[in-house]
Amino acid sequence: MNDRNLIMNIEIKTTPSRFRNTIGKYTIRRNSNCISCGLCAELCPYGVHPRYDNFSQPLRPKEHKCIGFICKENDFFCVDRCPEHALTLRLNPIQETLGDYRWTSDMIIGNWEMAETGNFPIVDLEYNLGNSGGGFDKLRFKLPQTKNRLDLNDEEIDTSIDLNKRNDGRPEKTLSIPCYGGGMSYGSTALPVIVGRARAAKRINTLTCTGEGGYPVELVPYADYVITQVATGLFGVTEETILHSPVIEFKYAQGAKPGLGGHLLGDKVTPEVAAMRETVVGSALFSPFPFHSVYSVEDHKKHVDWIKEINPHALVSVKVSTPTDVDMVAVGSYYAGAHIIHIDGSYGGTGAAPDIAKKNIAMPIEYAIPKVHRFLQEEGVRDEICLIASGGIRNAMDVAKSIALGADGVVIGTAELVALECVRCGNCESGRGCARGIASTDAELGYMITEEWTEQRIVNMYMAWRKQWCELLRQFGMKTLRELVGRTDLMVHLDYLDESERAQYQAAPRNAVII
Amino acid sequence: MPKKYNIPIKTTLPRFYPIGKYATVEFRENCAGSCRECVKKKCVYDIFKDNYHHMSSMDAPEYLYTCMGCFRCVQECTKGIFSRVINPEYRTLGDDYWNADIIHRTWYQAHTGKIPVSGAGYRGPFVGEGFDSMWTDMSEIVRPTRDGIHGREYINTCIELSRSLMRLKFKNDMTIASDLPPILEIPIPLMFQQPEFGLLSNNVLLAAAMAADLLDTFMFIKPEDYTEALAPYADSLVPCLRKDNYKDHLGLIKESRMVELSYESGIENEFTRLRALKPDLIISVGIPLNTQAADRAVNLTQADADTLHFYADNHGNELDSERPRFLKEMIREIHLKLVEKLIRQKVKLVFTGGIAMAEHMAKSIVCGADGVTVDTPLLIALECRVCYRCVEGLPCPVKLEDLDPEWGSQRIINLIAAWRNQLIEVMGAMGIREVRRLRGEVGRAMFFQDLEKENFAPIFGERK
Repeated sequence: MNDRNLIMNIEIKTTPSRFRNTIGKYTIRRNSNCISCGLCAELCPYGVHPRYDNFSQPLRPKEHKCIGFICKENDFFCVDRCPEHALTLRLNPIQETLGDYRWTSDMIIGNWEMAETGNFPIVDLEYNLGNSGGGFDKLRFKLPQTKNRLDLNDEEIDTSIDLNKRNDGRPEKTLSIPCYGGGMSYGSTALPVIVGRARAAKRINTLTCTGEGGYPVELVPYADYVITQVATGLFGVTEETILHSPVIEFKYAQGAKPGLGGHLLGDKVTPEVAAMRETVVGSALFSPFPFHSVYSVEDHKKHVDWIKEINPHALVSVKVSTPTDVDMVAVGSYYAGAHIIHIDGSYGGTGAAPDIAKKNIAMPIEYAIPKVHRFLQEEGVRDEICLIASGGIRNAMDVAKSIALGADGVVIGTAELVALECVRCGNCESGRGCARGIASTDAELGYMITEEWTEQRIVNMYMAWRKQWCELLRQFGMKTLRELVGRTDLMVHLDYLDESERAQYQAAPRNAVII
Repeated sequence: MPKKYNIPIKTTLPRFYPIGKYATVEFRENCAGSCRECVKKKCVYDIFKDNYHHMSSMDAPEYLYTCMGCFRCVQECTKGIFSRVINPEYRTLGDDYWNADIIHRTWYQAHTGKIPVSGAGYRGPFVGEGFDSMWTDMSEIVRPTRDGIHGREYINTCIELSRSLMRLKFKNDMTIASDLPPILEIPIPLMFQQPEFGLLSNNVLLAAAMAADLLDTFMFIKPEDYTEALAPYADSLVPCLRKDNYKDHLGLIKESRMVELSYESGIENEFTRLRALKPDLIISVGIPLNTQAADRAVNLTQADADTLHFYADNHGNELDSERPRFLKEMIREIHLKLVEKLIRQKVKLVFTGGIAMAEHMAKSIVCGADGVTVDTPLLIALECRVCYRCVEGLPCPVKLEDLDPEWGSQRIINLIAAWRNQLIEVMGAMGIREVRRLRGEVGRAMFFQDLEKENFAPIFGERK
């Protein structure tokens, strides 16, 4: 079965929030005047007012489904129709406390909705653009010409990417979507999340990554879809785990904390984590920086050869961050024999990093992609290496923009966690870890989520994203996502347009955010 | 082996509840009452402690500032009675420059001595004004000058404040023929500046002086604020004098390792007189950071000043200008002017004004400063809310006048320890082991304009 059919057979299943009270853009409150007549439940086509046949009391509204004030025009607008005037509709004030410049509350809520339904949100949410005032948030695709539009179904559009372009006798590896999962280690992330991500990767024929924390035995059934990461601490790296994997990733640096090693705080080093990493319980773990066995491209080649020798079927990915000379590094990696060069920009996610590092070190990925793409082209090797970008790629349009800037595909970390209802509170590292059960190894918190739920939420998110990519490609008359690679001619940057031209495009959101 | 420089950190609790970012709102009238599932009891961070008791026995709502923002109570309460808002007091904290986020982080560092660490990615704008329009660079596989995390204790953060010779001369027997100027070194590229505003009670100044002394750095202070209590720390104080009054403070000059003269034309003529009083005296000249600053820097360097200390305004802006430039640009201008005149090595440059975070220190040095001073952060470390009430003669909400100097100095020490660790963090990432080598090293920085030009201009044309 080819990839296109494979992906269209993936079942989208409604997978609601784990929490009884959902967070939406609007809030709808029912006061004590309610006589439980059930009219609102009958009226609302979006299911805001749930009601069971055998239970006559009113239930708390599913607020996140409410489409808000535009509903006024509908004859089913519950607030007006309620005979007792028991309902009030407001913008949810909690939105102000959710999200930040990069991930606005609209984007977070929109992501949740896609993870729940596998479809675009019905509510008026701006889920494609953040509020950061630069980079992706200022880039737009040009207005498409209607004559170019292709009349194709999503089934007929190919969103797959190839990881091995070297023609070196190693296996071809095609992913059905231009994304795979970023490394999140056993230790930083809850086990059901890790396994759920791997299950999702298997379902949609893509990959996920172990991060630097070893290879839990629970992942073995999904081994064909799991990248083994070899990072500087070599935690949990053994010959077996390298033999398991279709792709081995060398992590030289991480965008959120380039030049610094990984950091797992002591509280998270539980007996299981310590056993996996062969370390001491409760003792904070630092990965060194850099690889002390690598001080030149030749040393790097030795690393790559070492992996290739151990596993003759594996592809090799090299993950680096984005300093000024990232282009040189990319070419060096190519000559060392890597199949994938993975550049991780400075605004990417992390389980724990000094704030000063996240904000300041290395360049945002939006600059690094065209820089590396162009340099690889000039060196004549662009067609032989797969360029993967990550670090601050938050949604389907960010993915498409990255590809148009010159990447073949992207790595997604944070967005997958947001699909699991991460609120980006940033407390992944402290105490017992994530209070929402995502990035925690705590005996209680680490098991709040099931693998099935994780799997389906992530599948849903990617299926919704795929719909967005297909629509974009249709508009530009393309049948495959590969045609979009490096098509910077299809994009504009708002700051580079005249006032009149700029007016044709959606303005960059500019709300005051309190962080 | 010489003793390593180590700043002793000690958790130092705030005296007042800090103003928190979030306020939890409860619609108590909808509370089910004695709910067994009460989310307050289940808070992962246990911020409600005894607050699930009946209203009448409730303590002050300490959860106003301890909420970690996980939304569990909001989403799990069986009656959905919780919501969350931004604490209205948080919104009014500080001003445009000294914003709530900066104040909050400073409080955290003064309290714990730890560097702010968090999960998830960067949350702020893509690019900003001033220091926020540059990124520091790091060492990738091609620049492996760092020994990893275990080598960071070998990173040196010392700077000198004394003038240097451009070259050494030797006699035939290879002994040094040059007259060597005195050497004054401090272990961090950071000094204290008596703040321009704030309730500068004796206790506040004493706390800062004690901290400066322990850190082995200096505090610039007006001579009229010298008190008996500061006498034991005179070694760490730099009196800021003027041409017309220094003769009244000869005793003070003799006690000090370094003095500052404020700039006026012909001030360089006083250097010889001062050095005659005390031969190893280090002379700093306090210069307003305005359009003439770079030219003055050249003259004073040629006249053998040790340190040039430039004063921007409290927001890091150029003085006396309709369209003031920011500290970053001003540092570049002065540094490059001295480089162009081939005299940069002779003199040390220190900047005051708008240094609000550890990254500002690192970025100032990258732009060409030798060191910086902090002023307002000293007050914030002591819980100042930058409310400017004191300026209007109103009482201080955190009673800065009453603080215990021991407590205060530990808060400041904690803050500086956290800043130094952050400096080491970025230097480690850059692969630089000497903060003196970081000076003017723009190869370890990337500027917004340059990145746009290099990477976006070939695609999108001209930036408008």
